[in-house]
Amino acid sequence: MNFWTVMVDRFPYFASLLLKGAVMTVAVAAGALVLALVLGLVIALLRMSRSRLLSGFAYIYTEFLRGTPALAQLFVIYFGLPDIGIELRPVEAAIVGLGINGSAYLSEVYRAGIQAIHRGQFEAAFSLGMTPIGSMRYIVLPQAVRMMLPPITNFSITLLKDTALVSVVAVPEIMFYARNLVTETFQSMHVYLLAAAIYLVMTIPMSRLVAYLERTRRAWQ
Amino acid sequence: MSAELPAVSGQRPLLRIVDLHKRFGELEVLAGIDLEVARGEKVSILGPSGSGKTTLLRCINYLEKPSSGRIYIDDVLIGEKLVNGRIVHLSDRELAKERREIGFVFQRFNLFPHLTALENVTIAPRKVLKQSTEEANERGRRLLEKVGLGHKLAEYPERLSGGQQQRVAIARVLAMQPKLMLFDEATSALDPELIGEVLKVMRELAEEGHTMIVVTHEVQFAGEVSDRTIFMDHGRIIEQGPPAQILGNATQMRTRAFLKKLADR
Repeated sequence: MNFWTVMVDRFPYFASLLLKGAVMTVAVAAGALVLALVLGLVIALLRMSRSRLLSGFAYIYTEFLRGTPALAQLFVIYFGLPDIGIELRPVEAAIVGLGINGSAYLSEVYRAGIQAIHRGQFEAAFSLGMTPIGSMRYIVLPQAVRMMLPPITNFSITLLKDTALVSVVAVPEIMFYARNLVTETFQSMHVYLLAAAIYLVMTIPMSRLVAYLERTRRAWQ
Repeated sequence: MSAELPAVSGQRPLLRIVDLHKRFGELEVLAGIDLEVARGEKVSILGPSGSGKTTLLRCINYLEKPSSGRIYIDDVLIGEKLVNGRIVHLSDRELAKERREIGFVFQRFNLFPHLTALENVTIAPRKVLKQSTEEANERGRRLLEKVGLGHKLAEYPERLSGGQQQRVAIARVLAMQPKLMLFDEATSALDPELIGEVLKVMRELAEEGHTMIVVTHEVQFAGEVSDRTIFMDHGRIIEQGPPAQILGNATQMRTRAFLKKLADR
């Protein structure tokens, strides 16, 4: 049997299972993204805080998470935390692990975006009687978000692909199903190519979105 | 020097600055400024670049923290307060509240690019003074009409000329009804043909009786509009008095040299 006849023949079966995995992939990625977005903003604000203690904590947090493998972090959360009484289910561990890991990266994106806003914007807001928090909320963040959207979308693409990692803690996502299918059918080439294609179908529209956001991020009208 | 101050009719001054110093590292930008400004008075400040004019303005609303000295507006200490006999810095919230009273017009406008002209004018009244959107819009519209921009309410700053942007910035300051307005070289970043429209608005504000401190290189404007002209150099007030006297008949060599340089420009 040649490659294409096998592909056509087994496609419905492979695809049905891999798409089931894709739903889980999207769910884990979405959960981790939300966690990373919120936690990342908190870390960014701590990092820029006037308090040495808070900014020092945020610095160490970021360096630690960016300087160690996500896989090691995931294992600590899934296999290590039970030792101190925190037991997470695979999906929870996956979302927490990827979310925390992503927050370190996003905090730097936030920080760069906020610092790209001209100092005069803060000064104008201050001089109108806004507090630092109000200035951030009404003046700086709305502008910074526009700058941050392309890197945040890029991050989402990376995150979606990185969910492949969580198959090792038995989250039933695309690669988890793919591996099971290969064990069952020995059709490595077909199954893994199909799995890759499913990722690609999801990431291409996101890349297009980044390109669009890049084009429009400086225009206000 | 006190003889040169305009009659204040026994009133307390609106602004009182006592022995203000500002250092950036080794550099002393303000080397002991004492200044009083009466309610309704228009003061122009001239001086070469690096003389500390801008820093003085920025200290008044605490965009720069003074190294030492005191600033009072209506006898209220700016940026600091007395707690149990000790001077401490105000919290962010307290400082923000004091700044509402002090309008600041920047050389580079600093409009908010993500907001329309009207939103630029109304954001602080809405978010800081908690005015309703209707009230803020109504007042904002009138202020933009007043500065000749009633037809540009919905435009974003990048679609406005420099002169128009600066007039929006002035309307934005007026919306907070400040007791004191500070102008930091408000026309220096403008193309020559746009300077007139901004000076015209500032002239109208002066006629309405706003208290204004204007750092400027527009000698003619200073002469016509201000009640008092101050000449600064190297972080000190070198001399001050009625504009006609300072501009026409300065006693200090440094003032004369500076004015001559401006005239030769």
